[in-house]
Amino acid sequence: MKKYSVINTPVHNIDGIAKITGRAEYTFDVKLPRMLYGKILRSPYPHAKILHIDTSKAENLSGVKAVVTGKDTLGIKQGIWRRFKELCDEEILARSRVRYIGEPVAAVAAIDEDTAEEALDLIEVEYEPLPGVFEPLEAIKEEAPQLHEHAERNINVTRHIEWGDVDEAFQEADHIREDWFRCSSQHHVCMETHNAVASFTPDRKLTVWTSTQSHYYIKVLLSWVLGLRENDVRVISRYTGGGFGSKFELDSAQFCSSLLSMKLFRPVKITLTREEEFMATKRRTPMFYYLRTGVKKDGSFVAKEARVFTEGGAYTAMGATALYLTGFFQAFPYVWPNYRYDGYRVYTNTAPTSAMRGFGAPQATFCAETQIDLIAKDLGIDPIDIRRRNVMYPGYEVPGQATIQSCGLRDCLDKIEKWIKSRGKLPPNRGIGLAAYGFMSGGIFNWFDTPYAFSSSIVQVNIDGKVDLFVGSQDMGQGSNTTMAMICAEELGVCVEDIRIHMGDTDKCPVDLGAWGSRETLMQGNAVKMAAAEAKRQIVEFAAAKLSPNIVYDIDIKDGWIHLIARPERGLSFYDVVKEAIRGKDGQPIIGRGHYTPHRKGMISPAYSFGVQAVEAEVDTETGKITLKNCVTAHDCGQVINPLGVKGQLEGAMAMAAGYGFTEDLPMDEGKILNPNLVDYKVLRATEMPESKVIEVETYEPEGPFGAKEAGEGLTNPTAGALGNAVFHAAGVSIQTLPITPEKVLEALRKKESEKNRKGGKKS
Amino acid sequence: MEKQLLHITVNNEYHELYIKPKRLLVEVLRDELGLTGTKRGCNTGACCACTVLVDGAAVKSCSVLAIQADGKEVTTVEGLAEGDKLTPLQRSFLDHGAYQCGFCTSGMLISATALLNENPKPTKEQIKEAIHGNICRCTGYNSIIRAVQAVAKGQYREAG
Repeated sequence: MKKYSVINTPVHNIDGIAKITGRAEYTFDVKLPRMLYGKILRSPYPHAKILHIDTSKAENLSGVKAVVTGKDTLGIKQGIWRRFKELCDEEILARSRVRYIGEPVAAVAAIDEDTAEEALDLIEVEYEPLPGVFEPLEAIKEEAPQLHEHAERNINVTRHIEWGDVDEAFQEADHIREDWFRCSSQHHVCMETHNAVASFTPDRKLTVWTSTQSHYYIKVLLSWVLGLRENDVRVISRYTGGGFGSKFELDSAQFCSSLLSMKLFRPVKITLTREEEFMATKRRTPMFYYLRTGVKKDGSFVAKEARVFTEGGAYTAMGATALYLTGFFQAFPYVWPNYRYDGYRVYTNTAPTSAMRGFGAPQATFCAETQIDLIAKDLGIDPIDIRRRNVMYPGYEVPGQATIQSCGLRDCLDKIEKWIKSRGKLPPNRGIGLAAYGFMSGGIFNWFDTPYAFSSSIVQVNIDGKVDLFVGSQDMGQGSNTTMAMICAEELGVCVEDIRIHMGDTDKCPVDLGAWGSRETLMQGNAVKMAAAEAKRQIVEFAAAKLSPNIVYDIDIKDGWIHLIARPERGLSFYDVVKEAIRGKDGQPIIGRGHYTPHRKGMISPAYSFGVQAVEAEVDTETGKITLKNCVTAHDCGQVINPLGVKGQLEGAMAMAAGYGFTEDLPMDEGKILNPNLVDYKVLRATEMPESKVIEVETYEPEGPFGAKEAGEGLTNPTAGALGNAVFHAAGVSIQTLPITPEKVLEALRKKESEKNRKGGKKS
Repeated sequence: MEKQLLHITVNNEYHELYIKPKRLLVEVLRDELGLTGTKRGCNTGACCACTVLVDGAAVKSCSVLAIQADGKEVTTVEGLAEGDKLTPLQRSFLDHGAYQCGFCTSGMLISATALLNENPKPTKEQIKEAIHGNICRCTGYNSIIRAVQAVAKGQYREAG
């Protein structure tokens, strides 16, 4: 018999039919009887005191049902880092001061969106503008305006990571490089904008439909800021139109619709416009990176010192995690005997920066991988060779931080080297750049202070053999429902069609922290596997009594057949046994429970994925235009669960990461985003996507379900660096600020040319 | 403003509706007819999530007034399959994993359907051009392109 019946077979997404026939109901589509529509008034100032708000004219407009301001709230400063009071700094509906353009100051509920919009114009807010500060390196100065009373010099969070003796090690280095990098912001651009339908009923229960990555977090945060008991709040999120890190904190649509509904006892729907989405939801953290790196002549890494100043925006959000992770992943995926990192997250009068796919690691990887190619050139070493000399390996311990169990990096490098060689001699102005990366499989940290297991699951086997699988994980398009159904089917020995999944409803599903930090496959997957194993044990016990085998024989279930492993022909139908087993249990369905919380797994994650990506690009030296030609990734995600899902994740991550590398940016003027629409904000289009090839390097991760680990988020890490390196090899210029635009390439080419002429001039 | 009578055939069903003249086609489809399969990702015609067929041509339903579709035939994503009989393109989307979150999928299917109706054997470049306006933030487009190519190659000719 094959090792697995379900794992590593291409399975259609189990939500597929609903999605391709237009039946999938997103929060965007939810319409309830007596539902009202809400709109949010937002600050036009980056920094101001609110002196007075007059809502009377708006309230008197025909069709307006209610207006709320900060005065109608409990005034709680909330945040997702609940364990740390000073990091809970955001009111969502500001009471006395606004700190970024787009910060909510009032909300209206009316009979339709047009009326609500009209009412916003009638709300009179008297502001006293305050001086603003927009760049972290300015905001950290003593004379800069201070955003929060508790944060001197606007320092929001600091992070220090250190091992070895960095200063002494630099003495032993043969070559030292210092570089500054600037990593830009990026917007998630979920196709479904942030939204919520809140319905508060006279029994004081609140139900909120919302597009989210974590219904559990939203339930807990809403109950806190609204003064309700945790289990009087129900959050429902069946389909989520993209998340990418933007949808697991409490947002203005959720909070304002709830407040309005609590006042009116009617459902209120708020859908953010695309412009609001850009201006006033969170975004990828811009970072200024300083790297000082020492190596031996042969390319061995000796020491690295990293310093980072991040543009925090007005509030903490998930930025504190990004600050830690960028420091940790700056040392990835290599063995650095000596490493020191100091990170400073600085408040600025800009939209808060937070989590986005990769979570600080794409920034770190861009800087690190760009510098490695510069060092390789300085030393005259091949980019593959310098990486091969230094990459992590199975069993390596990152001092004080993590233990690497499975790691297929060397294989990945071999595969990519082979591909590069197969390309032969490239045409002029074309280059191949590469970048190595790693990423986590779910975070170990518990800043949210949950008392629950990180993931839980319940498996119920019914009389007809159909299995109800209850999970707390959130499918936002990444395919976790399918992954969980596959894990359950494999463990229980049935087929995927036998599984009916229940998710996205806090009243019905067990707790899981949600879909962020690439948690679900490993953490929820382990919980599902455990629950399925528990159900299976009960069925196998019953079957054993019927089969009455020699006691030395083991029994297993595969493809619905319960059998002796040594003699597969001796067995019983799963479906028949289940029927009888349930009768034998006095009519009770068979139930298994599972849970997972990482214990003693270091500081960051229980397991890490790895990979190497090569990007082939062409540079037009006349215009600076960069064209992506090819992208090949060798990828170690442990045991692949669903090849169809993994491929989709990897290609999608690559497109988003290429956007970060060369087209996407959020330029600002005094805190105002200048391109808050999909015309001026350039996500990659179909015509710009290169061929993308994925080479799986299979390893077995002992901590993951069936040996699986992260797939998809980590691949946002390498592309900007690989693309920059491709430009470096194609045109001989290294761009150290993102995005790598034609203008920057042209300027660098001109500079290089004039330096060459100057040198040439000196010689003659 | 006075309401006007709209005569419209949507997915082979004829409707007469009194609507405000400024109502967009997407609003009428979603709010009046309950056809929520058609999505909106922006209000500026920049993402094509709202694409529907109007007399066979792919049209951004957020960028036309409903009244402009008076007397015309509209097809939305709900009108592609007949019962459980999916179109070849829908079956190919399933096999190729050509969707993830699914929010752009309706518009993507409609844009590609319009292309295949007009040109059953498009080249890869023609497929890319046809969906150039449709933003997909999840898939990176390649799986969608492969799905359309497979249909163009005749791999889904037989009924599914």
